[in-house]
Amino acid sequence: MSVDFLIETAKKIQVVINDNSSEIEKLDQEIGDGDHIFNIQRGIKLVIELEPTIKDLIMSKALNQIAMKVLSGIGGSSGALFGTLFMTMAKGDAIDEGVDYKKAIEIFAEGVEAVKQRGKADVGEKTMMDVLIPVSNCLKKGVEDDKDLKEILKEAIEIAEKGMFSTKDLLATKGRASFLGERAKGHIDPGARSSQLMIKTVCESVINS
Amino acid sequence: MKKFMNSADDFLKESLQGFGAAHQDIVSCHYDPNFITRATPTKEGKVALISGGGSGHEPMHGGLVGHGMLDAACPGFVFSSPTPDQMLAAAEKVDSGAGVLFIVKNYSGDVMNFQMAAEMMQGPNESVLTNDDVAVEDSSFTTGRRGVAATVVVEKIVGSLAEHGGSLHECKALGDKVNKNSGSMGVAFSSCTVPAAGKPNFDIGDDEMEFGVGIHGEPGRRRDKMKSAQEITNELLEAINEDLKPEANEEILLFVNGMGGTPLTELYLIYDNAKNMLDKKNIKISRSLVGNYCTSLEMQGASITLTKLDEELVKHWDSSVHTAAMRWGV
Repeated sequence: MSVDFLIETAKKIQVVINDNSSEIEKLDQEIGDGDHIFNIQRGIKLVIELEPTIKDLIMSKALNQIAMKVLSGIGGSSGALFGTLFMTMAKGDAIDEGVDYKKAIEIFAEGVEAVKQRGKADVGEKTMMDVLIPVSNCLKKGVEDDKDLKEILKEAIEIAEKGMFSTKDLLATKGRASFLGERAKGHIDPGARSSQLMIKTVCESVINS
Repeated sequence: MKKFMNSADDFLKESLQGFGAAHQDIVSCHYDPNFITRATPTKEGKVALISGGGSGHEPMHGGLVGHGMLDAACPGFVFSSPTPDQMLAAAEKVDSGAGVLFIVKNYSGDVMNFQMAAEMMQGPNESVLTNDDVAVEDSSFTTGRRGVAATVVVEKIVGSLAEHGGSLHECKALGDKVNKNSGSMGVAFSSCTVPAAGKPNFDIGDDEMEFGVGIHGEPGRRRDKMKSAQEITNELLEAINEDLKPEANEEILLFVNGMGGTPLTELYLIYDNAKNMLDKKNIKISRSLVGNYCTSLEMQGASITLTKLDEELVKHWDSSVHTAAMRWGV
């Protein structure tokens, strides 16, 4: 994984998120406060705009710049959570000596764990963690079992989709939707949907590379 | 959407610029990152109070910066939490060495961003988390109650203590006490529109109200048909009393807060109706506040906050304050 790959993938994510923006916005208006899509779109745009600043940087510095940019540029919960994700990945062991797929999975899993701590949310609470935690576990397991990378990523795409759909019947216990109680049931969590789309895009990007 | 704006991107900046210019005797506005400080530096040895949150709740918090209240406020985008770089820049500017007290409303984005700022900050700091909204239960199934209008009361009372030389520890303890002594609940008749979104945050029928609404228009306890002001007021007070359990003859602050789109005429009517009910229960209204302090853009609606008072709280409530939105005793 190179800094170029990060930027190119961010560009692909931008297209996918923009294509699905009205759906995500609608989900958020049903159970949130309607700002999630704008936060995500703003964050992705800011990361893409970092290209000239980070393209020649070593991985840890590039990830750190991305972290600070999403932290200050997005705001809200999304900024803090994505900021925590990238800041933790930037601290990954020896990432400046090259990031192969095993290393990428390792630092992603560390990042997801930190996000879990920051948001104090686990699987089953109707948040993006219902996508990120199972995906992280699936990726780690795939490496442990020494599976083929493409197989691992295809499985991760399916797991992400399953996690996203699972939020539909959950009661929210974290975030704004938690204030709705039973009323949040029957709605897919917008954060789960946007992170599922991002996971799918990253995985497909690697599969097709 | 009809709003006074030139572009959604410049909405916040232009509003802050106007605020800074109109009140330049009280505040100064700083940009990139955005924060508002008092026009004069923090007194040596005084604990600095910093609050913040999404914009759209004005005058909270920028309008509460000044003598006797906040030292700095960090405005996020409309209905979106401010970010740690804002809090760090504000802290650097206003910390006189006596420490920084962050006053944070219990909303997950605010909590996470203030938490990250506190972790990154050098030097002593504490946080008071307000969670006065009784509309949603504090249980293992929620992130806890929301922090709403009582934040204004916390900022006034703790602001006075800090002005009078209270230590960081004492300010934190008093803030927690005011929060614990307060309960709020709101009701909305109409939705509000975030400028960047361009359409209302939620749909609500002409004959409906959202009972227990949050300060971003997020749902509360239930959707009801419209009722008389006295009935609505009674229900709000019953919900607060059930939680706060004020005793007969106990002195309270009655705070009727407008959400932005309800005229003062109606807020005073609510005050009258609330007084009717509190009088019947022999709860003594010792101090009052009526007006738009913790708003939700142009939302039609109001909230009631009760704070149980004692001698210490009354003293700090009465002490002089000079901010854009609150001014007495000066």
